[in-house]
Amino acid sequence: MNIGVCISHVPDTAAKIKIKEDLSQIDYTSVPFIINPYDEFAMEEAIRIKEKSGGTTYAISLGKDGVKESLRKALATGIDEAIHIKTELELDSSAVAKNLCDEIKSLNLELVFMGKQSVDFDSSATGQILSELLGFNCITNCVSFSLDGRNVRAEREIEGGREVLETTLPVIITAQKGLNEPRYASLKGIMAAKKKNIVEKNAAYTECKTKVIGFSLPKGKSAGKVLSADSDGVKELVRLLKEEAKVF
Amino acid sequence: MNKFIGVDYYDTSGLLSEEEILVRDTVREFVSDEVIPVIERYCRESTFPMEIIPKLAELGLFGTSLPQKYGCAEMNSVVYGLVCQELERGDSGIRSFVSVQSSLVMYPIYTFGSEAQRQKWLPGLAKGEKIGCFGLTEPDFGSNPGGMITRAEKVDGGYVLNGAKMWITNGTIADVAVVWAKLDGKVAGFLVEKGFKGFAAPEMKGKHSLKASVTSELTFDNVFIPEENRLPEGNGLKSPLMCLNQARYGIAWGVVGSMMACYDSALNYSKSRIQFGKPIAAFQMTQEKLVYMLTEITKAQLLNLQLGRLKDSGKLRFQQVSMAKRNNCEKALEIARMSREVLGANGILDEYPVMRHAANLESVKTYEGTHEMHTLILGEDVTGIPAFE
Ligand SMILES: Cc1cc2nc3c(=O)[nH]c(=O)nc-3n(C[C@H](O)[C@H](O)[C@H](O)COP(=O)(O)OP(=O)(O)OC[C@H]3O[C@@H](n4cnc5c(N)ncnc54)[C@H](O)[C@@H]3O)c2cc1C
Repeated sequence: MNIGVCISHVPDTAAKIKIKEDLSQIDYTSVPFIINPYDEFAMEEAIRIKEKSGGTTYAISLGKDGVKESLRKALATGIDEAIHIKTELELDSSAVAKNLCDEIKSLNLELVFMGKQSVDFDSSATGQILSELLGFNCITNCVSFSLDGRNVRAEREIEGGREVLETTLPVIITAQKGLNEPRYASLKGIMAAKKKNIVEKNAAYTECKTKVIGFSLPKGKSAGKVLSADSDGVKELVRLLKEEAKVF
Repeated sequence: MNKFIGVDYYDTSGLLSEEEILVRDTVREFVSDEVIPVIERYCRESTFPMEIIPKLAELGLFGTSLPQKYGCAEMNSVVYGLVCQELERGDSGIRSFVSVQSSLVMYPIYTFGSEAQRQKWLPGLAKGEKIGCFGLTEPDFGSNPGGMITRAEKVDGGYVLNGAKMWITNGTIADVAVVWAKLDGKVAGFLVEKGFKGFAAPEMKGKHSLKASVTSELTFDNVFIPEENRLPEGNGLKSPLMCLNQARYGIAWGVVGSMMACYDSALNYSKSRIQFGKPIAAFQMTQEKLVYMLTEITKAQLLNLQLGRLKDSGKLRFQQVSMAKRNNCEKALEIARMSREVLGANGILDEYPVMRHAANLESVKTYEGTHEMHTLILGEDVTGIPAFE
């Protein structure tokens, strides 16, 4: 069976993010980008299913030219085909989902994995919107997945436990940490990926339902207080918890 | 722990290809996930993390430049260098394992071996199912390997080997030893297999350096070596020296990984350690150290990259490798010691990587040609006068 994986190319979470002076945009200069960590679980699951039961895996990514880096890495890790939907604009989840929807339809895919959210804007909405547009079933935050014929069984993480769900294809699965242990790209995979072509298309939909008005950085943390390790210190701690932190 | 995103003050990444960057970043992530969390434990126990071998093989890190038909990735020398650099950010012992397997075992089998020897050994070595070692140094012949006393004698159907090697990385765990011995007064290469009668490889204990690496003696007591285990193209001392040149190239890159680990540690520590009411990073003398480290790292990176490009274009001279090995090992050791100073007493703890790197680098500065020997190689190159004897 052919399987789709939607991948977003996001700033490395270890990088320091700066905002441009007019607060309207993020300053991405010299920020390293990576595959969205949740998408790595999505990718691994797709590769495993393909290894077991055959078919072709497709990685689809929307964005500027830089997303090719992540697509190349996907190919090096074991994805068969890569599609870059090009746009210079920062699109919101609904516009991203519309573009992905067209691509998934044209590839005739019935099983699509993606991360439960992208760690850049954390909307956690694209998968759900996409399934609605496609008329697919959707299971979010999956930590386990199995497929038997057209029957899908998945476990999702919920507050304090797990929920087990069953559905059928076609389906969108959004991946949570724990779904699997993603593999590394191998040197041979990297060599093979070099020879592969990344298909390019232009984004057909660029109209967003939401508009970014501005950004702000969180306030810097103030320095911690060190109290003495004697009974005076304990008294002071109780006083601070009560009067400043107001925890009781 | 903060994720390590590299040290690249001069944007040397901009000089790398997409695949080179992908290899570097993949190995970097692998080292952060699989090496750094476990390495201190192995160092304390003075053992090599055997379970890492199949993982290194799965990534394709053995014999990276050799042909795909032997199960290798067939990538360029810059890739090999970057692999060494990233592994040594984890630990010099892990990098040593890969250097020996790739440059000192797979390379000579590929370069001096017969097609049958290549077929027999290379795929298994690439998969990490077989481990190799390289025996050149002897108890009494280190910097002067030409004086070796290990001898092979021609007999019916093969050779008989007698003698001993010392300081052999991977010796005890190796399935095959590439051993250099004198045959009729000339250096020849032999593939000595584990289990050959009269061959033993006891481990050397008590190292304060490269603790997560196996170092052994090899002893040969009338060991019969069948004809098909002689490397047919290995002729004279030049052959093992060609291997060393490959490995030295990897070391020149590798130690930059140690430098980055130490610098990163010192930089982070100096920003959080408060003395006299300020982070120690606010003191000029600390800043001077950090700037010195960063400058030396940047110089070493540029040296390596051009060295790699020369190697890939076939223009490399071995003396150029000596310059990089000599410079980078010395600077790495200096940076490790400086970083230890920045960390104060904490610098000696194994909670931080610096003392481990400092101790490892003492070996790295000595093996594959000591600092002094590389000085003499370069001295001869610039003056035309050899000063070895
Ligand atoms: C951990 C470890 C792993 C090793 N792994 C291997 C391996 O896998 N295979 C292998 O074959 N070998 C290996 N070696 C051996 C290594 O290559 C030798 O230690 C090295 O070549 C130096 O030899 P030596 O120790 O006998 O020192 P010596 O040659 O005795 O040198 C001692 C000192 O004298 C100096 N010196 C010697 N001659 C001169 C001269 N003419 N002019 C100026 N100074 C000089 C040297 O620079 C050095 O400072 C390893 C060593 C170590 C420590």
